Amino acid sequence: MELVTPGIGLIFWQTITFLIVLGLLAAFVWRPITDALRAREGFIADSLDAAENAKKDIAKLKEDNEYLLKEARIERDKILAQANEAAKQIKEAAKEETAKITAKMTADAKAVIVSEKNAALTEVKDLVATLSLDIAEKVLRKSLEDKKAQESLVKELIKDIKVS
Amino acid sequence: MKKIITVCKQFKVSILAILMVMATSASVFASDTTEGEAFDPGAMITHHIGDDYIWHFFDGHYGTLYLPVILYTDQGLEIFSSSNFYDEHHNQVEYNGYKLEHGYIAALDGSHPLDFSITKNVASLFISAFLLLVVFFVVAKGYKNPKKAPKGIQSFFEPIIIFIRDEIAIPNIGEKQHKRFLPFLLTLFFFIWFNNLLGLMPGGANLTGNISVTFVLACIVLIITLFSTKKYYWQHIFATPGVPWPVMIILIPIELVGILTKPFSLMVRLFANITAGHIIILSLFSLIFIFESMAVAPVSVAFAIFMNFLELFVALLQAYVFTLLSAMYFGSAVEEAHH
Repeated sequence: MELVTPGIGLIFWQTITFLIVLGLLAAFVWRPITDALRAREGFIADSLDAAENAKKDIAKLKEDNEYLLKEARIERDKILAQANEAAKQIKEAAKEETAKITAKMTADAKAVIVSEKNAALTEVKDLVATLSLDIAEKVLRKSLEDKKAQESLVKELIKDIKVS
Repeated sequence: MKKIITVCKQFKVSILAILMVMATSASVFASDTTEGEAFDPGAMITHHIGDDYIWHFFDGHYGTLYLPVILYTDQGLEIFSSSNFYDEHHNQVEYNGYKLEHGYIAALDGSHPLDFSITKNVASLFISAFLLLVVFFVVAKGYKNPKKAPKGIQSFFEPIIIFIRDEIAIPNIGEKQHKRFLPFLLTLFFFIWFNNLLGLMPGGANLTGNISVTFVLACIVLIITLFSTKKYYWQHIFATPGVPWPVMIILIPIELVGILTKPFSLMVRLFANITAGHIIILSLFSLIFIFESMAVAPVSVAFAIFMNFLELFVALLQAYVFTLLSAMYFGSAVEEAHH
């Protein structure tokens, strides 16, 4: 029976010792440890969150970069197309201009030729008129001498001199 | 869960009955045997699992540590060495009006002095307390910088501390309330575990297999439970919702007794488990002497080694069970009405 009968001595010492150990450990060991564990768990959770966020940021950055690249490529293509278009237009315009200039030059040349020809003709006509007047003078003089001869001459001259 | 506990309780009660029979029969055998001749396993085992005023390590002049005896009598405190009870041939003698009787100090004049002696168990208790403080102050030192990874002895205890917090305290008491009880649960767990292991050491005292120690632990659990009770706890006992009043006449006494049976089961469970382990190992070694043959030794040693490994597991298991059930009782005390 003595095995299951509590003894006052051991109860006394056990109570005192256990409470002292409990007090000391609670104050100087368990509190710092649990606080530190909580702090560390918080730190780890924060770090994991930060890593996750950084990963997300990097992914976003990459996406942005890709978008920018795509954008740039589209822009480049657009610029190239525009440049091609512009070049084509310039070429076309140049061609047209050249054609116009050539046409104008030809027209000018033709006009000059026509005017020259007219001038030459006028000169010829003047000459012809002068000649005609000369002839008429001569004929008039002759007719004063020999009326009949002069008249035949005039007739002959007029027959000979034919204005083209 | 309740069913399992009741089954356990019945099992424990039966163990207790066997122990009682053994203890009484041991004393009967002791009186029958002739002096120093026949080997009495019952006496040997009760002697080893019980308390003592001396700490016997080995035979010989220096093999025994005589511990101080402290008696509180009508004349005040009396302190003397337990070596006074023994003569040079290690025979028990009377001293200063006291004598040793069945392992206890008795006064020759029939008075009953209160015995506060530093017995083998008390000495072992002090050693374990010192060990606990040293070990955990060293562990706590590692937490000066909370961001550093644990190392050394700290990394051994940290998972256990986290286990007690996350698997015992928080699920049973609740996230909000567990912080108040965690220091006690941690101290309780390591106190029981350390003392269980110390008890398994050769020459170690059977401290956690002593009813006084488990009685104190269970009382502290009961006191903490009662002081942290909330309205819902008592409402559950005196006005269980959905139960008609005639049933309550039967139910209230049962519930009131239940308040006490919970810590009582804690007390008996730890005591019986640890003591039973010691008894089995000692019985296995007794076989060698009972058969008086060295041929039995290998078998006994093999079984004893197996039992020792089992006891190492039981040491941890019982510390866990005691802590878990304490946490459950605290949890029921601080439970709020939610259904």
